Amino acid sequence: MTEPTGTERKAVSDIIRLSAADLAAKLASREISSVEATQAHLDRIAAVDGDVHAFLHVNAGALDAAADIDRRRAAGEDLGPVAGVPLAIKDVLVTTDMPSTSGSKILEGYLSPFDATVVARARAAGLVPLGKTNMDEFAMGSSTEHSAYGPTHNPWDLDRIPGGSGGGSAAAVAAFEAPLALGSDTGGSIRQPAHVTGTVGIKPTYGGVSRYGAIALASSLDQVGPVTRTVLDAGLLHDVIGGHDPRDSTSLTDAWPSFADAAREGARGDVLKGLKVGVIAELPDSGFQAGVSGSFRAALAVMEAQGAEIVEISAPHFEYGVAAYYLILPAEASSNLAKFDSVRFGLRTQAVGTVEDVMAATRDAGFGDEVKRRIILGTYALSAGYYDAYYGSAQKVRTLIQRDFDEAFARVDVIATPSAPTTAFRLGEKIDDPLQMYLNDVTTIPANLAGVPGISIPSGLAAEDGLPVGIQFLAPAREDARLYRVGAALEALLVDSWGGPLLDKAPTLGEKA
Amino acid sequence: MSEITPDLVRHLGVLARIQLSDDEVQRLTGQLDAIVDNIAKVSQVATPDVIATSHPIPLQNVCRADVVGETLTQAQALQNAPDAADGRFRVTAILGEEQ
Amino acid sequence: MATHGRSADKLLSFDEALERFEPVLGFEVHVELNTKTKMFSAAPNSFGREPNTDLAPVDLGLPGSLPVVNEQAVRYSISLGLALGCSIAPSSRFARKNYFYPDLGKNYQISQYDEPIAFEGSVDVELADGTIVTVPIERAHMEEDAGKLTHVGGSTGRIQGAEYSLVDYNRAGVPLVEIVTKPIYGSEHRAPEIAKAYVQTIRDIVLALGISDAKMERGNLRCDANVSLRPRGQEKLGTRTETKNVNSMRSVERAVRYEIQRQAAILAAGGTITQETRHWHEDTGTTSPGRPKSDADDYRYFPEPDLLPVVPSPALIDELRAALPEGPAARRRRLKAEWGFTDLEFQDAANNGILAEIEATIVAGATPAAARKWWTGEIARLANAQGREAADLVSPADVAAVQALVDAGTLNDKLARQVLEAVIAGEGTPQEIVDARGLAVVSDDGALIAAIDDALAAQPDVLEKIRDGKVQAAGAVIGAVMKAMRGQADAARVRELVLERAAR
Ligand SMILES: [Mg+2]
Ligand SMILES: [Zn+2]
Repeated sequence: MTEPTGTERKAVSDIIRLSAADLAAKLASREISSVEATQAHLDRIAAVDGDVHAFLHVNAGALDAAADIDRRRAAGEDLGPVAGVPLAIKDVLVTTDMPSTSGSKILEGYLSPFDATVVARARAAGLVPLGKTNMDEFAMGSSTEHSAYGPTHNPWDLDRIPGGSGGGSAAAVAAFEAPLALGSDTGGSIRQPAHVTGTVGIKPTYGGVSRYGAIALASSLDQVGPVTRTVLDAGLLHDVIGGHDPRDSTSLTDAWPSFADAAREGARGDVLKGLKVGVIAELPDSGFQAGVSGSFRAALAVMEAQGAEIVEISAPHFEYGVAAYYLILPAEASSNLAKFDSVRFGLRTQAVGTVEDVMAATRDAGFGDEVKRRIILGTYALSAGYYDAYYGSAQKVRTLIQRDFDEAFARVDVIATPSAPTTAFRLGEKIDDPLQMYLNDVTTIPANLAGVPGISIPSGLAAEDGLPVGIQFLAPAREDARLYRVGAALEALLVDSWGGPLLDKAPTLGEKA
Repeated sequence: MSEITPDLVRHLGVLARIQLSDDEVQRLTGQLDAIVDNIAKVSQVATPDVIATSHPIPLQNVCRADVVGETLTQAQALQNAPDAADGRFRVTAILGEEQ
Repeated sequence: MATHGRSADKLLSFDEALERFEPVLGFEVHVELNTKTKMFSAAPNSFGREPNTDLAPVDLGLPGSLPVVNEQAVRYSISLGLALGCSIAPSSRFARKNYFYPDLGKNYQISQYDEPIAFEGSVDVELADGTIVTVPIERAHMEEDAGKLTHVGGSTGRIQGAEYSLVDYNRAGVPLVEIVTKPIYGSEHRAPEIAKAYVQTIRDIVLALGISDAKMERGNLRCDANVSLRPRGQEKLGTRTETKNVNSMRSVERAVRYEIQRQAAILAAGGTITQETRHWHEDTGTTSPGRPKSDADDYRYFPEPDLLPVVPSPALIDELRAALPEGPAARRRRLKAEWGFTDLEFQDAANNGILAEIEATIVAGATPAAARKWWTGEIARLANAQGREAADLVSPADVAAVQALVDAGTLNDKLARQVLEAVIAGEGTPQEIVDARGLAVVSDDGALIAAIDDALAAQPDVLEKIRDGKVQAAGAVIGAVMKAMRGQADAARVRELVLERAAR
């Protein structure tokens, strides 16, 4: 490729900083072509991903897909609202044209004969897949350090974690390598990375988005959702991927409203007026970094100033959430990951010995430490004599947490929490302390256990380290639209108060190839 | 304290078909012990009157009609196979028996 | 490592075994349902196709794939549960049974554990002498079948000693219902007979329901037989063995007898029975040890999180109950009494699986004897020759129509067989074929006498022979006349006319 001229360079940097909604408008008016937009993002990936390592695979067919959209648009075809916008895809989602590894060596080079439903819907909507993003192996982790392909770095500080498991998708969006990304959230894997990277992430109501083609971690907790820089962008992507899928038995048949419309309504209206916002009395202040708590309180104050009412609610069983989660997740995961046995697909490390030996050796070599730890833990939780005390009890805690939510939502419209206890910690800081790592998900886990939707939007920077902080809102099941309205309303106020998006405050990445 | 012992971890490794080295067994024993001590508290509130929730959003009778749909070709089925012969997946000798 | 031990077993005589020990039986029968698609995928439920061609992603356990329940399989399972006299669970659930084996695409089997679709029933089993034995049913649950392994290398084609194995997952995911009995007490000397009759009854039930092809040699119906012995007077159950995959009725009977004799010999010598699976060897009529029970049999069942509870509505259960066919034992009793067949005649018909056809033929107007004659005679012969099912060849209505033509004197036996063959060949209804071919017995004596005259002219010595008492000489003339009439004559009438002529 020839060296870009100064004006072209400026155009590229303009394109990549556009929100998906703004980019879509320029694509629709043909001010920018999809090929230009896609090329701009591919250039950005080439320039910065050596430092960020958000991508495991860049789509060689991206420009062809973009050209196809441009051709169809030129032919007058009625394309959807986001046609031609580039999209990054978490590697947990299977794709026919790119490898899908779920961050694991055991699936290196795996090519799926089918697309995940969300990927198929994204393609049908004209979104242009840019590539597959890095993640903790099989989505087990909160830092993306457990990827078999090396960690992703936080664009705000390359020595820090981008969150996890979907650190790749969040970092890609935060580093302007993609305007939109898909993530998956089992215990916070969309919302916690959003929190530490200054981006927006939504975990939809369980069943709101198809799990078909999402490599399962914990089937009863997993949800696919959008990772973006604005609430409206998340709504646009959610509108594309959401809705009933007969291939997923747990998929809801509800007729969903437009989440993009909900976001637009929130941004312009006065939805905060009279809104009852619950804050959880039992959430311990200890364990929360001062800057996180400070940013959270400041955001609440902004809402209060707009007429929101802050109501203290009780959720006495949330403190059992992490424990229940670390029983249910490993139990389901130990079963879901049994299919990686060197017979039908994936790694086989040796060709001699009995099939039992080959399987056991392959699984030992192919899985990383965290995955093995959780498989062994889950095997234990389900094994004879322990089931009732562990897995069975954890499922009861789910019931109790659902009751806490039911009682809370009888009194408030949304619940607000900090999205995670700390800002981005340093790479390697917690890697040897699994228990500390697990506690990172304390505020995000209850939503997965109860199936309710949650959103994390940037609330500001922590005073002590200048790193991004997110605020999480939770709504009753099926009330995802409420999160878009409330999230977009607060986002508009905060962006105004900052004089621009929070990501404008992020350091410029050294643009090297 | 929980009852995690190296022998138990080794046995779990057999059930989970992971060939754990002695080092791994030692390390996992300590880590699991700490984790289990922490998560065992679920039984404190899981009283008999509480019913278990296995699906966060209750649904029932989700079925499909008995109508033939798309299938994979043999080439697609085998495309990721570590080893195959005669249109089938090939594995080394099997020690255990059918269940 | 399992060894064959196929010659090593000492056996106690059956009578002595029964004198000293009481056998307790139990069965697990797997029934493959004949749905169009698999239990959890829309791939065809097929047999004998190219390996690994009838697969959806979930049948291979591909990453990202998910199961969806086959509604028809649920209906069939409920029907079977009702036919077994079971209660249908108001809410039933699938569970994962976790174990690693190369024939399992996911390394867990989706089955049912603590909430099976049907539970607590009983089946009446009729023995050869008409004795009814009630077998208590514990449960019937839905699950999926596994793929098929072929063991290559080594001398036996068995798993032991094979160099490698090949896996075809076409059968993976085929719907199964597993029927589990409670312990069956009091079978005594008839234990082997009861075993066979139980499996036969399950087969009759699923065939009457039309929910399975029930071909044991294809594995549509598979029986695991549990046998334990306890010394006379002891209450505690003995250690049981589970003999797997006994794949014919006869083998079920033999395997149970063998296990009783084998276990009795061990116990009589003061030994103990190992709790284990055993393999049945059709060729030698023996069982050999398989896998001992161990703590590796920890299946870590938990509710299948990818599927939701099955909650059959009372209306559905009522609908399926109303559609249940009469129980096999009651039906057989009724038909046998109505038709007046001998034991042998009835058994012959039952074994040919054509009771329903005979019944329909009678309803269409034939006598029971005539209906039986056609279905166990000419039609069975043709079905055999063509390698097809008798029921697929011809409709009971056509069979009854052919018999009606015989009764009316229009056709003789030979012509009737011709007509039947033409019906089977698809040439039309019996009457159409009679009309089209101009078939019909010639009953006009004038035409017959003319033909007899011609025949006698060619064989002038026949009349003399008859008059000399050699009546059988008439056969040559009758044959010639029948030939001349192209079979369309009543041979008996021809014979009468020939003998009249000789008597003149
Ligand atoms: Mg069984
Ligand atoms: Zn079974």
